[in-house]
Amino acid sequence: MTTPVDKAPVQDTVPEATNGGAVLPADLQDERLIASHGISGAVSAFTARLRSGDLGSVPVVVGLVIIWAVFQIANSNFLSSRNLVNLTLQTTSVGVIAIGIVLVLLLGEIDLSVGSVSGLAAALLGVTFVNEGWPLVLSLIAGVVLGLVIGLFYGALYNRFGVPSFVITLAGLLGFLGLQLLVLGKEGSLNLPFDSVLVGFATRSFLSPALAYGLVAAVVVVYVLTRLRGRGARAAAGLSSAPTSMIAIKAGALAVVLLVPVMVLNSDRGVSSMFVLFLALVVATDFAIRKTRWGRSVLAVGGNVEAARRAGINVRFIYLSVFAACSTFAAVGGLLAAARLVAVNQSSGGGDTNLNAIAAAVIGGTSLFGGRGSAYSALLGALVIMSISNGLALLSLDSSVRYMVTAGVLLVAVTIDSLSRRSRQAHGRA
Amino acid sequence: MTVTPTPVGTGTVLALRGVSKRFGAVQALKNIELDVRAGEVLALVGDNGAGKSTLVKTIAGVYTADDGTMVFDGREVRVGSPAEAQQLGIATVFQDLALCDNLDVVANLYLGRELRKGRVLDEVEMERSSWELLRQLSAKIPSVRIPVASLSGGQRQTVAIARSLLGDPKVVMLDEPTAALGVAQTAEVLNLVERLRERGLAVILISHNMADVMAVADRVAVLRLGRNNGVFTVSETKTQDIIAAITGATDNAVSERAARRTQQEGTPS
Repeated sequence: MTTPVDKAPVQDTVPEATNGGAVLPADLQDERLIASHGISGAVSAFTARLRSGDLGSVPVVVGLVIIWAVFQIANSNFLSSRNLVNLTLQTTSVGVIAIGIVLVLLLGEIDLSVGSVSGLAAALLGVTFVNEGWPLVLSLIAGVVLGLVIGLFYGALYNRFGVPSFVITLAGLLGFLGLQLLVLGKEGSLNLPFDSVLVGFATRSFLSPALAYGLVAAVVVVYVLTRLRGRGARAAAGLSSAPTSMIAIKAGALAVVLLVPVMVLNSDRGVSSMFVLFLALVVATDFAIRKTRWGRSVLAVGGNVEAARRAGINVRFIYLSVFAACSTFAAVGGLLAAARLVAVNQSSGGGDTNLNAIAAAVIGGTSLFGGRGSAYSALLGALVIMSISNGLALLSLDSSVRYMVTAGVLLVAVTIDSLSRRSRQAHGRA
Repeated sequence: MTVTPTPVGTGTVLALRGVSKRFGAVQALKNIELDVRAGEVLALVGDNGAGKSTLVKTIAGVYTADDGTMVFDGREVRVGSPAEAQQLGIATVFQDLALCDNLDVVANLYLGRELRKGRVLDEVEMERSSWELLRQLSAKIPSVRIPVASLSGGQRQTVAIARSLLGDPKVVMLDEPTAALGVAQTAEVLNLVERLRERGLAVILISHNMADVMAVADRVAVLRLGRNNGVFTVSETKTQDIIAAITGATDNAVSERAARRTQQEGTPS
């Protein structure tokens, strides 16, 4: 494998590795690389990845299927399109909060105060919009800016004093709950006007079937076009690229995954606008994490802070921006929750909002140890959490059971995370 | 204390003249003289506490020297921070490598200076030029799209060295690159060091391993208790003489001569 030190050959030219006369792409020339060609190759590469502990979103998808099957057997209404539309509505606010949690978890940090921040934003919305008569847009902006400011405050505290994030945000959990009670004042409960645009958006706004199918078609077309363009760029750079059959299969799978739910939802009220907003936020966050310099820096800081610092990354800015983004998502989630429930009260954002959002991110497959995860885990995890909540409610079981079941699922998810981390280390994929 | 500057010879990329550094009551470096030429490997050796790491960190801009001057590429420079050193063209690969295990090879190579198309990362171009760079170094990395965690120690060292080359440096300092490596991996890294020399770079190699030093270095600078203790040309020196200079055994001619020579160069006139 290695040439002796004293007669190391000079290799100025790239050796042209050939395979049956054809020049191999630059990234496939190493003879030790286990070749995986075509569809069977993709399947075997996928199973090899799973075996090594790089599970990705497989456990959560399997878990979701099991949970849905169990609830469907227990109550045949569970997978009815009417209930699934409800599920999308219930999932949105927790899911939006979970996107922010995914971001802080990528840094290996935590935000325990997202529930309180969401409640405080909702309280601010209620008081300014209902009591003070502000224009709706202004109240919404105030709520979002409040989240942003809280996040910047956390980030500044973290950067300036190096206080562990779980302590800062634990203080925030209590402090902002207090502030929420103060803002709401003596009445403690406010009803939002049922005919306001915000409430309409969260409860009664659904995409028309034509628009929903059009969106699905647009997403698939954009996917195929980006894949083809990326393939052209890779070929031009002399790198390997996915075969057309592979792109076609993936595009087909994407179309099925999008079309089936849309068809089911359309047989009831349709695809909720609020849920589409949530999906858009997930896609945008995923893009930011994977395709921008900021996202790359977030992953680097989560993987090895010192390496990131020495590489010239502004580590403090990364912490500040991620804490700010997390609290902002929490505020947006709080506003959506208030709009869907048409009310703001002392328990807005209280109870299990906090842990549901954190559990959603972890159940979805984002590691607690930093540096690994995806925005899509917010979507998948929130679906799992809210499916459990929804299913148990259908079975008329009260919150005692719900808490315990959710806790069990969270525990399983964290255990899978820890085990797969160990396995990844053993297989050299940490 | 004034030091008559030794003239900086041709081909010398980096020259230190009378560099001193104190930590409280400890004189870590005293009147260090060092010349590094383009296209040569200069090994920096010495016992623990001899001041090797302090000297490297001073050159790299982690510490600032209390006294003395540094001439880089023919002009006197002051290096106030690691970033300034990198901008000048002095790249350092520290012992802990500073790689992100969760990111792949391409991401690690371009960490902090990602190529972009508009606002979006240009993965294709980064992957292409990663291969180009690694091929130039004849590096043995099977795939650049696997996490760095799955690479062997030698391959990780290769990635760290390749990363230091992206800024197009003139001087590369390697802090104990073979310390934690097996036989084959050590050979890989030494091959890499030779390839850096062939590219015309000046390489400063810190090592405790005399076999490695004798295998790749052109000259060996010995530090002892924070002072120069001789510079040896490898082809004309026996390992024992260098070890004697490191440990301070004075009863041999070469180290005496070398010590006398550096003293002559370094004494006030």
